[in-house]
Amino acid sequence: MSMYGNETHVIKGIKFGVLPPHEIIRMAKVTVIRDAIYEADGSPVAGGLRDPHFGAIEPGERCPVCGNTRDTCPGHFGKIDLARPVIVPHYGDALHGILQATCRNCGRILIPTDRIKYLTAIKERLKKRWPKLADTFVEEVKREAAARMECPHCGARQFKIRFIKPFTFYEEHPEGERRLNPIDVRERVEKTIDEDLVLLGVDPKYSRPEWMIITSLPVPPLSVRPSITLETGYRAEDDLTHALAEIVRQNERLKNFLISNAPETMIEDAWLTLQHVVASYIDNELPNTYQLTHRKKRALKTLAQRLKGKEGRLRGNLSGKRVNYSARTVISPDPMISINEVGVPVEIAKILTVPIMVTPYNIEEARKYVLNGPDKWPGATYVYKARNGKKIDLRYIRNHKQLAEGLEVGDIVERHLIDGDIVLFNRQPSLHRMSILGHIVRVMPYKTFRLNPLVCPPYNADFDGDEMNLHVPRLYEAMVEARELLLVEKHILTPRYGGPIIGGRQDYISGAYLLTVKTSLFTEEEVAQILAAAGYKGPLPEPAILKPRKLWTGKQLVSLFLPDDLDFKGKSKINAGNLKCDTEDCFHDSYIVVSGGKLLMGVLDKNAIGAEQPENLLHIIALEYGVTKARILLDTLFKGFIRALEMRGLTIALDDIEIPEEAKEEIRRMVEEYKEKVAQLIRDYEEGRLEVIPGRTPEESLELKIIGLLQELREKAGQVAVAHMDPFNDVFIMARTGARGGEVNITQMAAMLGQQTVRGKRIRRGFRKRTLPHFKENDLSPEARGFVKGNFRDGLRPTEVFFHAAGGREGLVDTAVKTSQSGYMQRRLINALQDLVVSYDGTVKDAWGNIVQFKYGEDGVDPTLSYHGDGVKIDRIIQRVAKKNGGRR
Amino acid sequence: MPSKSRRITKKILKHELVPEHRILTLEEAAEVLRRYNVKPWNLPQISINDPVIKLLGGKPGDIVEIRRRSPTGGEAVAYRIVVPF
Repeated sequence: MSMYGNETHVIKGIKFGVLPPHEIIRMAKVTVIRDAIYEADGSPVAGGLRDPHFGAIEPGERCPVCGNTRDTCPGHFGKIDLARPVIVPHYGDALHGILQATCRNCGRILIPTDRIKYLTAIKERLKKRWPKLADTFVEEVKREAAARMECPHCGARQFKIRFIKPFTFYEEHPEGERRLNPIDVRERVEKTIDEDLVLLGVDPKYSRPEWMIITSLPVPPLSVRPSITLETGYRAEDDLTHALAEIVRQNERLKNFLISNAPETMIEDAWLTLQHVVASYIDNELPNTYQLTHRKKRALKTLAQRLKGKEGRLRGNLSGKRVNYSARTVISPDPMISINEVGVPVEIAKILTVPIMVTPYNIEEARKYVLNGPDKWPGATYVYKARNGKKIDLRYIRNHKQLAEGLEVGDIVERHLIDGDIVLFNRQPSLHRMSILGHIVRVMPYKTFRLNPLVCPPYNADFDGDEMNLHVPRLYEAMVEARELLLVEKHILTPRYGGPIIGGRQDYISGAYLLTVKTSLFTEEEVAQILAAAGYKGPLPEPAILKPRKLWTGKQLVSLFLPDDLDFKGKSKINAGNLKCDTEDCFHDSYIVVSGGKLLMGVLDKNAIGAEQPENLLHIIALEYGVTKARILLDTLFKGFIRALEMRGLTIALDDIEIPEEAKEEIRRMVEEYKEKVAQLIRDYEEGRLEVIPGRTPEESLELKIIGLLQELREKAGQVAVAHMDPFNDVFIMARTGARGGEVNITQMAAMLGQQTVRGKRIRRGFRKRTLPHFKENDLSPEARGFVKGNFRDGLRPTEVFFHAAGGREGLVDTAVKTSQSGYMQRRLINALQDLVVSYDGTVKDAWGNIVQFKYGEDGVDPTLSYHGDGVKIDRIIQRVAKKNGGRR
Repeated sequence: MPSKSRRITKKILKHELVPEHRILTLEEAAEVLRRYNVKPWNLPQISINDPVIKLLGGKPGDIVEIRRRSPTGGEAVAYRIVVPF
């Protein structure tokens, strides 16, 4: 840095222009004239693409231009002198506009002199007040000029110019088209005068149009196009070098034709080839040109390809970079650690480090780390001595003891990751802000990251092989920021829909239900087990039953963890079907009532403690008692749920989905009944008696009615199956409480799969006029069109297996298509919205201070702190006030 | 012209999907800019070719107050500056 001084400047703006030829010539330190790169002896060819004047690249080499070595030589440009000029392809549109608007003879803009003055004045005024409008105005001026077919200055007749992307121009004479070659184009635009160009929206000081046609092509230094040595000893040149070599070859060919007075057609041909290769060198994906390729068809990656696309310079290297101090491995569950924590393998903790400044207060601690060295956790990998600014690598120091004793205040110790450090934890795809959260480190044995299963929902993680990334913040500022803003507990509530995103799933829900259900009573020993697992240390409450022995209800245990003044009312998930209740006076125990911090009635299930369930118990506690309170609940009570579940055991077997013979008989009867109904519909249709649904053809009406009937059948079969099930059957418990599966799954396992569909219709594809060879042609009966009356327990018939697979495949295809499409949409949305900011006055502004919304969300409510979108929940306030006033409103 | 453009009449102002527009006086406009502490070009824009602006006779630089029903906030007020494009 010192080489260039330390002055700082503020960039006011950036001006883009066209690189003028004199700049190109001034920059160039060498002119390339030979397409060979190396001589036979392996030294670079003078005047070739590896000429030493491009800059020093080999170790020990001195640059003949600047005299620097490899480390300090910035590299130098060269040039290729083209035998004939060529058009830079991306300027084609600009040239076309200028050609059309100016005279082919005198080069003036095709607008009378006094009107030029008038229009220029307007343009200047517009530029000051409505810069956007100035651009449209220029387009208007261009159109006006292009429309004039006679020059108002010299009277010459004008012709239309036709432009074929990216660099071909034709002039449309009445007797036929004439091609304009780059020399013609350049001669014309050279004649334009600066004042006219200003009116055409060009700043002639920085972008003269003739500069858009080049005779000197800049050749970038070798540091831009490094060659690599393969293991075999061969040298492989960069794609850019290959492209440049091709330009040199074509250029030499054209030169030879010119010298040898070759026929005009051959010269034209070689010239056009040169134009094509120069265009491809700049952008190898242009329309109407040939692609430059390697020997085996692979297209060369030229200048434009380096910048474009996902792996291009912009998206690949500037928007996204690779980082140090990060780790990635498989995740596995550990319900015993806090939701704020992450288990980190020792192996990883010994590689990721945090710099600590040695102070009088931590010097003993720091000594311990240094003494342990890099291989023993908790140790250290490097020490930076304040005395001489040297970095000591502990891997290569034999005497750690000496170094530890010599540690001084002001030194910096690069120590291993230890318990209590904060790290960022991330799972892709990072779709919302909860995809990166702050976790407290807990160093553990084995090789996986350990994650409390309660934190799965925000990451959308499971443990079927998912991997996650971990990043270590290294500055105190960053660590504090992570702790205050990113810690898991601060994201229990989500701004996405105003509710908790963290909460119980699967076993937590079954466990909560089995703990709180009326029939569960626990002995003193069991209570001790559950409370110990939950980490409860207080006294036991009075048992609910004293004789013949002391028994406690699960609701009593849950109440121990709830805030003392909590009031909550709400329906359970099981509040449906037979167990439906609409008031708190509920016989089925499916209406939750918490009063004064005591769970009085109702079972806890998905609706009370589930993840992504707004306005549940967890939400109210997080919102009204703070997220830390909610986190403590998740870290204690929820462990109790798991323990309660473990004590009882939850498992499923074939017996659970077995239904009695009479139920099966009933279902069989129903199938026959509905088959007859469908057959009747088909007969009606064939005889033309079918009632047609308005707006549908008779065929569609038939299909819709059949689908309706069969759906009804499956629902009824499901109801029969469920009615015959033991309410404390484990499968049924999971479905009712919302832990896993639903009525559909039970129906499919115990009763019947029902109608399989592809694109929302009964299956009709396959063979000609029939789905499978097992059926007759044009058979419209349920069995022939994908109706499956079998179930998973008793097994499917061969045709049924096939239909089920067809329906299942559609689901897979849908997910694959959906993810890619929504991913792209997400990217576009984020790019559009990323720098919008809610200011302190409640307005939403973009990066330039332009107002986007006058009040955030038009109501100024932060959805994170809302009740499912409502800023205020009036019912709860009334309840609370009423309670304070002793029940009076 | 391929199709005859239909004349815009005052009745579009009464359509339920057209929110209430009002051109602010110079004092009101200055007050709005002061309240939000922004320059005129930071405001959202509305084209002078917008049918409602044409009917109300808005000129470039005018600030229009738009009151519309909002699903979240009851009634939402927005201000837009009339631009000549």
